[in-house]
Amino acid sequence: MLSTPHIIDMQDLTEADITMILDTAESFKEVNERRIKKLPTLRGRTIVNLFLEPSTRTRTSFEIAAKRLSADAVNMTGSASATVKGESLRDTAQTLSAMACDLIVVRHRYAGAPRVLAECMDAHVVNGGDGRHQHPTQALLDLFTIRQELGHLEGLTVGIVGDIANSRVAGSLIPALRTVGAKPIVIAPPTLLPARPDVLGAEVSNSLDDVLPELDVAYMLRVQMERSEGMPFPSLREYARFYGMNAVRLAKARPEMKVMHPGPMNRGVEISADVADSSRAIVLNQVNSGVAVRMATMYLLLGGGDSGTAS
Amino acid sequence: MEYRTKAIVMDSPAIERAVTRIAHEVLEANEGASDIAIVGILTRGVHLAGLLAERIKQIEGVEPPVGSLDISFYRDDLATRLNPEVHRTDIPFDVEGRDIVLVDDVLYTGRTIRAAMDAIMDYGRPRSMQLAVLVDRGHRELPIRADYVGKNVPTAGRERVRVFLQENDGRTSVEILEAVTQEGE
Repeated sequence: MLSTPHIIDMQDLTEADITMILDTAESFKEVNERRIKKLPTLRGRTIVNLFLEPSTRTRTSFEIAAKRLSADAVNMTGSASATVKGESLRDTAQTLSAMACDLIVVRHRYAGAPRVLAECMDAHVVNGGDGRHQHPTQALLDLFTIRQELGHLEGLTVGIVGDIANSRVAGSLIPALRTVGAKPIVIAPPTLLPARPDVLGAEVSNSLDDVLPELDVAYMLRVQMERSEGMPFPSLREYARFYGMNAVRLAKARPEMKVMHPGPMNRGVEISADVADSSRAIVLNQVNSGVAVRMATMYLLLGGGDSGTAS
Repeated sequence: MEYRTKAIVMDSPAIERAVTRIAHEVLEANEGASDIAIVGILTRGVHLAGLLAERIKQIEGVEPPVGSLDISFYRDDLATRLNPEVHRTDIPFDVEGRDIVLVDDVLYTGRTIRAAMDAIMDYGRPRSMQLAVLVDRGHRELPIRADYVGKNVPTAGRERVRVFLQENDGRTSVEILEAVTQEGE
């Protein structure tokens, strides 16, 4: 069993927890390759996807994961829920609690919302992305994909390139890599780094070209045009020139280096179209791993002794 | 809880003879080996499935395909027990239309076999499913019986039956274990 009843922050998970999730996900990956992709495992359990911020990919991935495990999956989205009528998060939590659901996946605009939810209800909580804080299942599926492609995690060097200051993907991936013994390097112009990059716990570089030859994986973050107030760099073209992955840059990297992206991609900005479609990019493998990894987290949180009475 | 060996009910040659007899019975019931496939239930059933397939090949000259099955996701006690180590199921053949011989080491409540049958059905519709076990220790909780049994071993509910295999345990035997009670000594 996992050492935590909720998956909210990557720092809650030990290396043994991560290994258990990834190993279990291997078995679920096999299920996802079958003709009948359905297991009776979580029959009679209710999983609520509470997505108070727009999301298609992550919500769909969680929904498919829940359905393949035979759980009853209910989607609650921002515009359809009572939150637009002014219901507080605490009241939403208590309402869901009263309906006896077993696991809540929550995506919220504010960092810390999943923790609030976990504190005021009995169900297990999985963080599906909270503000600029964390997105732990994304980090887990990234680790799973890297392990599948490169065979191991320990000792690898992973360059995370782009909007570090605003990225919850980086917020989860950096501690996750450290836990499994890999080395994260964050690569960004100073305007996309947090005020104190030293607290990240990763090596910091302002030049992709300088560190490129060291990397086993180049993780290209999305330029979040909707999140930053004003553009933190002169132009998209300049960003692409210094921090984008393209064929010329790829030729200078290690031949076995893989390119990853959490999606959705801005082709021509952080990743060029030819790289995105090449065999070096493993973006679709990440999406594919997502369902298996989310099945594993649901299975491991809901299985065993005192499930349903977490917290 | 600690256990100690109460009795050895099968030794290595006895297990060998039982597997050989089961191989003959499987071939007789299925009129040859052409349509059968053997599926071992993890973990000890897989090794026994390999032994059985090998023996069938020696007798018939045809080696049936062998698969391994992890039933963790099909258990009926997930709410109370979580299997910490899930292994990968590997069924490297089409089950559609085949005669599947499920292999497990010990038949007890029958719940594992129920889960295994459900798991196989998710891969397709076999023509038939049969069950081979090394030991049947009784105490069934479901209407399930084995088609091929190495040895019937009557046991008490508090006892354990353990199959030790060279590959996993460094010796080959079937033993009845009983709990060591602390105060009774």
